[in-house]
Amino acid sequence: MPDETKSPTPPPTGEPRGPAGSPNPPNVESVPAQKPGAPAAVPNPAAPGAPPKAAAPAPPAKPAGPTPQPWDSPLIDRLKQQYGSGIEALSYLGQNYMVADRSLIPELLQVLRTEEHFDYCVDITAVHYPERARQFDLLWILYSHPHNERIRVKVMIADGEAVPSVVSIWPTANWLEREVYDMFGIAFDGHPDLKRILLPDGWKGHPLRKDYGIIQQDNEWVQINLGIESGQ
Amino acid sequence: MADATKYLSHLELGEPDQTFLDSNELIINMGPQHPATHGVLRVILKLDGEKVLGTECVIGYLHRGVEKIAEHRTYAMFNPYVDRMDYVAAVSNGLGYCEAVEKLLNVQAPPRANYIRVILTELNRLASHMLWLGTHALDIGAITPLFYTFRDREEILKIFEKYCGARLTTHAFRIGGCQYETYEGFEQDVSKFLKFVAPKIGEYEELLTTNRIWVERTRGVGVISAKDCIALGVTGPVLRASGVKWDLRKAQPYANYSEFDFEIPTGGNGDTFDRYMVRMQEMRQSLRILEQAVGKIPEGPIMAKVPKVIKPPVGEIYHSIEAPKGELGYFIVSDGSTQPYRLRVRPPSFVNLQALDLMVRGQLVADVIAVIGTLDIVLGEVDR
Repeated sequence: MPDETKSPTPPPTGEPRGPAGSPNPPNVESVPAQKPGAPAAVPNPAAPGAPPKAAAPAPPAKPAGPTPQPWDSPLIDRLKQQYGSGIEALSYLGQNYMVADRSLIPELLQVLRTEEHFDYCVDITAVHYPERARQFDLLWILYSHPHNERIRVKVMIADGEAVPSVVSIWPTANWLEREVYDMFGIAFDGHPDLKRILLPDGWKGHPLRKDYGIIQQDNEWVQINLGIESGQ
Repeated sequence: MADATKYLSHLELGEPDQTFLDSNELIINMGPQHPATHGVLRVILKLDGEKVLGTECVIGYLHRGVEKIAEHRTYAMFNPYVDRMDYVAAVSNGLGYCEAVEKLLNVQAPPRANYIRVILTELNRLASHMLWLGTHALDIGAITPLFYTFRDREEILKIFEKYCGARLTTHAFRIGGCQYETYEGFEQDVSKFLKFVAPKIGEYEELLTTNRIWVERTRGVGVISAKDCIALGVTGPVLRASGVKWDLRKAQPYANYSEFDFEIPTGGNGDTFDRYMVRMQEMRQSLRILEQAVGKIPEGPIMAKVPKVIKPPVGEIYHSIEAPKGELGYFIVSDGSTQPYRLRVRPPSFVNLQALDLMVRGQLVADVIAVIGTLDIVLGEVDR
């Protein structure tokens, strides 16, 4: 067991950045600002270390690349009629998604399931933006077997805010929501069995939050349950 | 009301109820170290005698935090990590990841690379199905198929080894195409293998399809309906065996699968026997794709124009492929830096495993083993 936990730890050479959380702000403007940090952060391998300087002039042109386009479809027209400005429908690189108001949540998904036939919930996941007021993006990736169509529904929620569970709409959400809870600490109201799924029950912290360092662990849990000083 | 609890996959562990005369319900633990759980899967079983009343899966023993690691690696550096999820189908994992990043970068792999990718991925599908067949039959009590399938799988691994130097965790593809040009005699090796393996699949079938013990142990075992499959998000051969003709290679073609002529085998009963038949036919369809691809690999570059330092523009993308086990998806959020801001893997094994409870409720303990085998899970991917 100590071997197992030890071997993955040496690679994270980005130790100074690891515990700091290295929050990469998702802003276009921040790209050049990050550059001074980037080469320093990749110290060992010569290949990825050297080119950043060489490629430095190129990136400023890149963010001008694809941008989300408005997404028009009969589906969106129907939803807009019902929910008006609560929905922003966009399309990026040919993939359609909608950013919905948090208050619409169980209802909009129920409508998508029953009236628009999105019968397969592919995935539920979240993204953490610590510097935002509403810190989390929560996403449902949906697929419709009858229409062979894939969409994403996104809402923004604050830290500590519970979201209605969709287990009653798509039973597959059971484990997917448990994983989001485990990794991000987002609670789902009405989930039949909301507990950790991949990490042990007594673990403290939610690893996919940006403030959770890459080599961070629950030392207390490790000491009590594994009988070793540290897994590092 | 029965419907509301139908899909629950956890147990209320209270005082055992009286069941019959003076016997009690029994809670027993199976795994995580159990040869028939295909790795470190722990299942808590609630039994009434031999009958399963309910199960709860306890997973996470192999959790390595792949998604967290991704946030601290550059796009290229993360590529080998994906091989370690579903390690019996590493090539498929790599294909999904490379294509997802390519989509984010808005580049396309050149045609020659796509052909090489399809050939290696289909070989990997065969290897994955062979490993599944050998171990699944072993779980049920037939030892011979294991030796047959491992002997033949070896030939595939030899091709991988000659192509990229690795047998299992191949890291065969790169973002933008392939790293390696095919070796001298690659196509001959593949077509020699195709000729060699086509009759072998018939041999496996001879051992099992009409074997009375096999049929008794698989027919009507672990039945799941198409409706339940979709509700539980089950994909891959399990979904197709329940009668849903859905395969991402056809539904939303990726790489250059749209150029090939192949069929989607389906079953009707959604039982373990049908899932066996579907996978056997899938192996034949893979051979069909390989036959069409081999000898037709176009000339040209194998790498698209991809910058040395991969910095996708700000945005998010979801891309999924039909891995041997089902829909394998990657959701990547880029913040414009060299590392993914967030990378989510949608693992087919994880989602499919959720159906275990529904499939074994009311069946016998011995059938739990058969159903774990038929779901074809890889714990490295379940736990990530």
